[in-house]
Amino acid sequence: MSIVTYNNRSIANISAIGAAKALTHIKTVTASGDSTISFVDGSSDVVLDSTYPIYLLKYINVHPASDSQHLNVNFRDGGSSYDATKTTSYFEAEHGEDGSGAAVNYVTASDLAQGTGVQKIAPNVGGDADQSCSGELFLFNPSSTTFVKHFIIRTNTVRSDNITFDTHVAGYCNVTAAIDAIQFSFGSGNIDAGTFKLYGLKDS
Amino acid sequence: MSIITLNNRAVRSVTTFGSVSSGSMVFIKKLTASSDSSLSFVNGSSDVVLDSTYKEYLFTFNNMHPSAADEMFEFNGSDDTSSHSYNITKTTTIFVAHQSEGGGDTAIQYQAGDDIAQGTGFQDLQAYGQQDTDNDSSISGTLHLFNPSSTTFVKHFMASSNCMVDNNYTVNTFTAGYFNTTAAITAMRFQYGTGNIDAGDICLYGIL
Repeated sequence: MSIVTYNNRSIANISAIGAAKALTHIKTVTASGDSTISFVDGSSDVVLDSTYPIYLLKYINVHPASDSQHLNVNFRDGGSSYDATKTTSYFEAEHGEDGSGAAVNYVTASDLAQGTGVQKIAPNVGGDADQSCSGELFLFNPSSTTFVKHFIIRTNTVRSDNITFDTHVAGYCNVTAAIDAIQFSFGSGNIDAGTFKLYGLKDS
Repeated sequence: MSIITLNNRAVRSVTTFGSVSSGSMVFIKKLTASSDSSLSFVNGSSDVVLDSTYKEYLFTFNNMHPSAADEMFEFNGSDDTSSHSYNITKTTTIFVAHQSEGGGDTAIQYQAGDDIAQGTGFQDLQAYGQQDTDNDSSISGTLHLFNPSSTTFVKHFMASSNCMVDNNYTVNTFTAGYFNTTAAITAMRFQYGTGNIDAGDICLYGIL
């Protein structure tokens, strides 16, 4: 009978079985007075390519340095600029802490029709110490050079006037070039605080 | 450093890693369309698990592309144990937010023509326009199926998708409802109304 020898770290240190994890954490970035937060394929251990067919970004307690700022997102389709052409839809449900304004509305001013600018994903985020926004963004098949790149986003926000907003944004980057980077920013001022996480969904 | 010696049965005989986390979301199966009339996930077939192993299942559909113009991507369930028929009674809601690339026709609205009230047909995962066959046109999204093995409760599902539809619209569709049966759901099928699924991937995950 053959004998196999191990040092005592070989099995004891196993903390996960990699192949079984379908949702793989790629990168966490913590904002602290940053003008933008970006996830760039191939930079700082970020993977945003054909490794995963679907990527999930979560942003948690994102807080602006200046009161009442929109949180925005944009996509890079080559080069160094975040200016991928997008067509999107935007609607939101709202309800004030005082019970006012309970409604669902499509917001024409917040969508994009073949625009290259930033897409608003959270409206007028409050600057009070306890105010912020949190949400998630699904990006489908960013490395495709055949299809447009769909994304689906949902965010909850404490608006500066103490109204909760449940914001739904979806659309596509209307390009066949690969999307290789994503960037978050506020309309004005820095991202005072917040946690941004990037995950990949395995398909094998 | 101490040395642990094992005979060669020690590791290969391990059946579980009791304290090792494999993550709360487990990949089960991927189906890739290539001019298929439908894609089906059948419990117990081709490594598919769709039973009481998980309380929640997640389907992701990625860049589904039809072979024929003006089609709707749709799904149905089966409660059969063999020779599956996809005809479960269901009641659903469906609403959309949409905009054209030209910047007009923006709204959020309920799609009364695309919901189902105790019907057995396939449920659309897109509405407000049909998908065309432009090379870059597709639909992507997710579908949650809750507790399909229950023999007590109806089986809830919730889906969200984004589709590039004909006339170059973006349409964000929200579909939800329940299979109104106490029989276990044993299989799920995805297809276009007519014609084949030219391309696209559908993955099945179990949520612990």
